[in-house]
Amino acid sequence: MKLTFRVAIVAAFVLLPAATSASEVNIYSSRQPELIAPLLDAFSEETGIRTRVLNLSNGLVERLKAEGRNSPADVVLTVDIGRLIALKDAGVTQAVESAVIKANIPAQFRDTENNWFGLTMRARVVYASRERVTQNSITYAELAEPKWAERICTRSGQHPYNIALFASIIANEGEEAAEQWLRGLKANLARSPSGNDRAQAQGIFSGECDLAIGYTYYVGLMRTNAKNPEQQEWEASMKVLFPDANERGTHVNISGMAMAAHAPNPEEALALMEFLSSVRAQEIYAQSVYEYPLTPGAKPSELVSSMGELKPDPLPLETIADLRNTASRLVDKVGFND
Amino acid sequence: MPAKLSVTSALSALPAVRQDRGLVLGSGLIALFVAMPILALLVMAVSGDLESLHRLSATILPKASMTTILLLAGLAVFAGSIGAISAWLVSFFEFPGRRIFIWALMLPLAVPTYISAYAFTEFFTFTGPVQTLVRTMGGFTSSRDYWFPEIRSLWGAVFVLSLVLYPYVFLSVRAIFFVQGKRAIEAGLLLGANQGRILTHILLPLARPALALGIILAMMEAINDIGAMEYLGVQTLTFSIFSIWVNQGDMAGSAQLALILLFLVLALIAGERLARGRQRFSEVGSSATIRFERIKLSGARAGLAFILCFAPVGLGFGVPFVILSGYASRYVFAGFDPRLLDALATSLMLALIAALVTVALALLLSYAVRVRHTRFMNFLVRFASVGYAMPGTIIALGIFLPIAAFDNFVDARMREVFGLSTGLLLTGSGATLVFAYVVRFMAVAEGSIDAGFKKISPNLDDAARNFGYSRWQIFRQILLPMMRPAIATAALLVFIDALKELSATLVLRPFGIETTAIYIHDLASRGRIEQAGLASLLLVVAGIVPVIILTRTLLKERPGTAR
Repeated sequence: MKLTFRVAIVAAFVLLPAATSASEVNIYSSRQPELIAPLLDAFSEETGIRTRVLNLSNGLVERLKAEGRNSPADVVLTVDIGRLIALKDAGVTQAVESAVIKANIPAQFRDTENNWFGLTMRARVVYASRERVTQNSITYAELAEPKWAERICTRSGQHPYNIALFASIIANEGEEAAEQWLRGLKANLARSPSGNDRAQAQGIFSGECDLAIGYTYYVGLMRTNAKNPEQQEWEASMKVLFPDANERGTHVNISGMAMAAHAPNPEEALALMEFLSSVRAQEIYAQSVYEYPLTPGAKPSELVSSMGELKPDPLPLETIADLRNTASRLVDKVGFND
Repeated sequence: MPAKLSVTSALSALPAVRQDRGLVLGSGLIALFVAMPILALLVMAVSGDLESLHRLSATILPKASMTTILLLAGLAVFAGSIGAISAWLVSFFEFPGRRIFIWALMLPLAVPTYISAYAFTEFFTFTGPVQTLVRTMGGFTSSRDYWFPEIRSLWGAVFVLSLVLYPYVFLSVRAIFFVQGKRAIEAGLLLGANQGRILTHILLPLARPALALGIILAMMEAINDIGAMEYLGVQTLTFSIFSIWVNQGDMAGSAQLALILLFLVLALIAGERLARGRQRFSEVGSSATIRFERIKLSGARAGLAFILCFAPVGLGFGVPFVILSGYASRYVFAGFDPRLLDALATSLMLALIAALVTVALALLLSYAVRVRHTRFMNFLVRFASVGYAMPGTIIALGIFLPIAAFDNFVDARMREVFGLSTGLLLTGSGATLVFAYVVRFMAVAEGSIDAGFKKISPNLDDAARNFGYSRWQIFRQILLPMMRPAIATAALLVFIDALKELSATLVLRPFGIETTAIYIHDLASRGRIEQAGLASLLLVVAGIVPVIILTRTLLKERPGTAR
C-alpha cells in the first residue's frame, strides 16, 4: 500500500505541470542547456534571479503560438537568423526598448523593431586539407569550379546552416547565378550530403574529400575534444579558410534572443537580456561556444582568434532570412541532396 | 417519435444489446480521442494551399517517393526474412544456443534507431574498426585507395533498420508458431507431408498474418523515423516533410505530405488484409496435450542455424552495445551525472504509465470490435492506431494544437466567469506526453491484443452468453485470463517504444522534466554523443529487462510441450 502511494505521488509529480514561482525567468532555448549554464549561473549570482531552461528546437514557434497568453516563456534563445525572424513573424515576441542592449549590440545584428537581438556570431568557412590543398585563400564562387570535381563534402543542403549560406549567395549574386553555383557545387561533391559539420572534417581526414563547408565553432569543439583524440586528429588534418576574405566577406549567422510576447516576468526577462548583451556575459558565452561575440570590446576566445581574421559579409541578416524559402526550393530544384 | 420509443423499449428489453451499445459508444469515443491529433493535422492540411505539393512533385517528390518505397521494400524483405527464419529455427529445431536465442533475438528492440544508426556509422566509417582492419590488411592509407560500401546510403539504411526492427517480425511469428505451429505440424506429419511441404504448405500460410503484422509495424516505425535517416543522409518523404516545415515555413504543406504518406501505409495494410481474405485462426483446444519433438540438428546444419540466429543478434545488438560501452568506459571516470538518474526514473515512470494506459485502451477497442464486428468499428479502431506511421514531431504538433486550444478555452471562460486564470492545465505537462505516447504506440498494442483475441474462438463468447454471462463478465472472467500473454506482450512493447521515444517528447516536453532519450539527444545534437554513451547504455539496458521478461515468461515452454 505504502509503495503504491509513493508511486502515485511520483506519478502525479511527473504528470502535472510544474508551478511557477516569483523572481525567476523562464527560458525557451534551442541552445543546449549545458552551453548556456555558465552564463545563467553568472546571471543568477549577479541578480539573485533564478533561471529555468526548457530546451526546444523544432516546434518552438508552434509551441509558443499554441500556448498563447498563458505561455510561461519569458525569454527565447535560439540560433540562426531565420529562426529569430520566424519568431517575430509568428507574433510570439515583443519589442524591447533598452538603451543598454542598443549600446551593446551593433545595429546590423538586431531587429529594427527591437524584437530580436543577436548575441554571438559564427562564420560559414571552408575546411581544407593541409596535405592536399595548397592555396590559403578561397572564394565561395570557386567552390563551384570544375577543378574541385568530386572533392567537396558538406552536410544536407536542407540544413538551416547551408540554407542560410545559399540564401546569402542568392542575395549577393541573384537567383539565377545562385542556381548555377549550386549546380556546380553539387557536381563537385565527393559524396551525397550527410552527417554534421564534424563528419565533413572526418571526410577530409579520411581522404574522401579535400574541402568541406562548416562552421567555425566546430573547429573549437573538435580541437578541445580531449576525450576523443581522433577528432583532434581530424581537426589537425585541416586548415580553416575564410571565403571571400578579400572580397565581400565571409557569410555569418548569429545566435540571438527575444522576449516572449506574453512574458509573465518581463522585468526579470529584461534584466537577463541586458546581462546577456554585456561584455562579461558575451565573453563567457563566446568562450563556451567558440563563437564570435557581437558586443564591441568583448574578445573571442584565443582558439577562435587563432583561426584567422574574420571579415563578415555586411549583407543585412533580414535579407538572408527572407531568401531562406527561395534557397530551400532551389536545393530541391537542383536535387542537391540526391 | 413512436418509432424511436419502440426502439428504446426494445433495447431495454434486451439488456445485453444495450450493454453492447455502451461498449461500442465508449470505444468509439476513445478511438476519436486517440485519433484527434490526426484530425487536427487534417484540419491543418486543408487550411493551406497545394503550392508546396505542386512544386515538390516537380522536383524532389518522385525521387523521395522512390527512395521511400525502396527503403520499405528492402525492410520488408530483410527484416521479414531475418525475423521469420530465426523464429522458424528456434521454434522447430534443436541446436546449440537455441534457448538463449529465444530471448536474445529480441534484444535489438532495446536499441533506439537513432543510436543504432550512429553506432553503425562509427563501426563502418573510415576511422572505424572495420575499415581500419581493411586498411591494415591491404596496406592502404586513403579512402581513395580501396572500395568500401558506404553505410550512409539507402542500402545502409535498409541494413541498419532491418537489424533493429526485425524483432517485431520475430516476436509475432514466433508467437503464432508457438501457439499453433506444433499442432499444425502434427497434422501435417499425420497426413504424410515431408519437411519441405510442411514449411511451404502449412507453416508459411499459418505465419502469414503474423509476418504481415510484424513487417507493417517495422515499416511504420521506419516511416516515422527522422533521426536515423538524417544521420545516414537518406532523403525519404519524411525528410521532405521536415524541410517543407522547418525551412519553408509551410506547416500545411508539411501536414499534407504527412497525410499522403499515412494513406500509403493504410493502403498497404488494407491490401494485405484483402489479400489474406477472411482466413481466421482460432485455437480450438489446449495445446498442452500434444506431443511434439523439435528436430535435432547436428554438424553443419546446426552450425548454419547457429550462424543464422547469431548474426542478427551480434550485429543488431552486439555492435551498438560494444560501441556504446567503449564510449561509456571513457567517460565513466569523468564523474557520474546525477541528472542522468533523474532522467532514467522519469523515463521509466512515463513509459510505465503509457504502457498501462495504451494497453487498457487497446483492450477496450479490440473487445468492441470483437463484440460488434462491423466495418465502421473496424475502420475506427484502425484509424485510432495510425499515429505510429506519423513522424513523431508532426504528431506532436497535432497533439499540441488541440490541447493548448482546450487549455486556453477553459482559461478564457474561467477568467470571464470567475475572474481567475487557470493557465495552461495540460499543455506542458507529463499528461500530454503520455497522451502522445498513447497516440503514437496504439498500433503496437492494438496489434498484439487483436492477435490475442483472434486466437480465442468467438464460440466461447457465444457459449458464455448462453449461460447468462454479461459482456463485462465474459471479458473479465473468461477472456482476460486467456489474454494474459497478449496483454503482457503489448504492454512491454509499448513500454520499450515509449522509453526510446524522442521526437514527440522533444516538442512536448514540460519544464523540469528530462527523459533519458532527451538527455542523449542534448549531447548528440552538439555532436557529443560519445558523452552520452553511458546514458544510451542505460537506456538499452532498461529496454533489455522487459525484453527478457517478455520472452522468458510469456513464451516459456510449458512442461507438456517441451520434449
